[in-house]
Amino acid sequence: MSSDRWSAPERGSPALSVHRLGKRFSDRVAFQDVSFEIGYGEVFGFLGPNGAGKTTTVRTLGTLIAPTSGSATVAGIPLTPENGVEIRRRISIMPESPGLFLRLSVTENLECFADLYEAPDATDRIGGALRAVNLADRAHDTCGTLSKGLRQRVALARALLSDPEVLFLDEPTTGLDPVAARDVHELIDELRQRGVTIFLTTHRLEEAERLCDRVAILNTTLRTIGRPDELREQLFAKTLTVRTLAPLPEPGGVFAGLPAVDGWRQDGPATYVLAVSESAVAAPAVTRALVAAGADVLSISESYHSLEDVYLELIDQDNEASRR
Amino acid sequence: MSKRRVRAIFRKELREYRRNGFIVLTMAVIPLIFLIQPLVVVFALPASAAAGLSNEHLLLYMLGIPAIVPASVAAYAVVGERQQSTLEPVLTTPIRREEFLLGKALAALVPSVAIAYAVYALFLACVELFAAPAVASTLIRGPDLLAQLLFTPLLAGWSIWVGIAISARSSDFRVAQQLGTLVSLPSAVVAALIAFNVIHATLGLALGLAAALLLLDGLGWRIMSATFDRERLITGTRS
Repeated sequence: MSSDRWSAPERGSPALSVHRLGKRFSDRVAFQDVSFEIGYGEVFGFLGPNGAGKTTTVRTLGTLIAPTSGSATVAGIPLTPENGVEIRRRISIMPESPGLFLRLSVTENLECFADLYEAPDATDRIGGALRAVNLADRAHDTCGTLSKGLRQRVALARALLSDPEVLFLDEPTTGLDPVAARDVHELIDELRQRGVTIFLTTHRLEEAERLCDRVAILNTTLRTIGRPDELREQLFAKTLTVRTLAPLPEPGGVFAGLPAVDGWRQDGPATYVLAVSESAVAAPAVTRALVAAGADVLSISESYHSLEDVYLELIDQDNEASRR
Repeated sequence: MSKRRVRAIFRKELREYRRNGFIVLTMAVIPLIFLIQPLVVVFALPASAAAGLSNEHLLLYMLGIPAIVPASVAAYAVVGERQQSTLEPVLTTPIRREEFLLGKALAALVPSVAIAYAVYALFLACVELFAAPAVASTLIRGPDLLAQLLFTPLLAGWSIWVGIAISARSSDFRVAQQLGTLVSLPSAVVAALIAFNVIHATLGLALGLAAALLLLDGLGWRIMSATFDRERLITGTRS
């Protein structure tokens, strides 16, 4: 099939469209029945525990592995064996391990990959990629002499050489210290501002929460997908936590019948957790009721569930289901 | 096929050889050892023995060198990259299997042929300088020199494809290296049998062997390209 057949993707078409995709290695299921779409310019987080199938999904979408079921379109091109070269032209994958040629310099590594991508103006591209990852001053260093964080940056520069439509980052901060991880986060932020579509696999939930427009949680099958705040709302009831100086003599009388308060429970001698349907309505009403009851209020706070809570809740559900 | 992508792999490999002198050094050690025994024999020959050598092609013994030299480099070609985690990033680029393999094979061929020719030249120089003149003039013959020039790249090519085939199916570099060396031995044995006139060297035999090796080299590339399995190399399981 000629590569000329594939033109630029239509406006509004998804960068990645995956429909019931699955991969099985003989009797072991790596992942199955995975469906989602990602728009151009989106940063999409792909979360899951070890062995959930995240890396296998990336490898499948990157044409390194053939799916055993389902279909997908990557950068506007159907995922088929004969389209492998054309898909790989349009995407870039940064594997978990940087995989640099350690005896070669940073520039020599990038020269090799610029040639493999047949990048026009290779020298300019290499310079641009190095500036993007703040490594221009280390261009002639041998990769073997670089720290792990710097090697990750070189790998990221390598992934940028082809100016990809979709950039797959597989656990880009694994094994990095907090400063190096923060640097990678800043780079991803910059790429997002440049409109690069990013498919980020990670099990660092604060990373996904901070960087991603939407996240999917995979545990062999896709457990959920959505914006981090949507997922929190889907999974957890909203609550207000009230702390008073002394226990309320009749808390039921204070909280019953208040607007947007669906129920309450005591969570300590002078701490009360209220299930609410709308925090903005409930909080002022609760405050007024407490003052009217003569209570000394220490705090009224809306409870916050992180993406980590969502993740752990879903994985716990899976673990429980598998024990049954 | 993209020449630029083939060149990218070729250039990267040569740069690695240059940075790691041990690679080329270890490639050269075996041929130099190979040189000792025939030199000792030739130096010990009296001038009167020259007549008895006229029907033998002792120089063709050196054809064992291009068969053995590339074995270790070819054995490293795929499994070595896999063990260093450098294979996956390369395979995620638009490179085609045949381009990757050709780049690897050419990069193994160039130093192997250069070393084989250099060792051969050293052998000739030693014979010319230190052997009895009558022995030297009997041993150094035009057809044998031509055979050496012609068969060196052909034998090295065959050895490289066999080595790469083993490398692509091994999970451990050491196993690949040992198997590669073992498998290259039959070519060296055939060269030795011709050198010692057990197999009688004729022009027809030379042309037939050259054609067969040329065909095998071409087939080696095609077969390797067809059976090169990205999925198995990345995951360790067959697609």
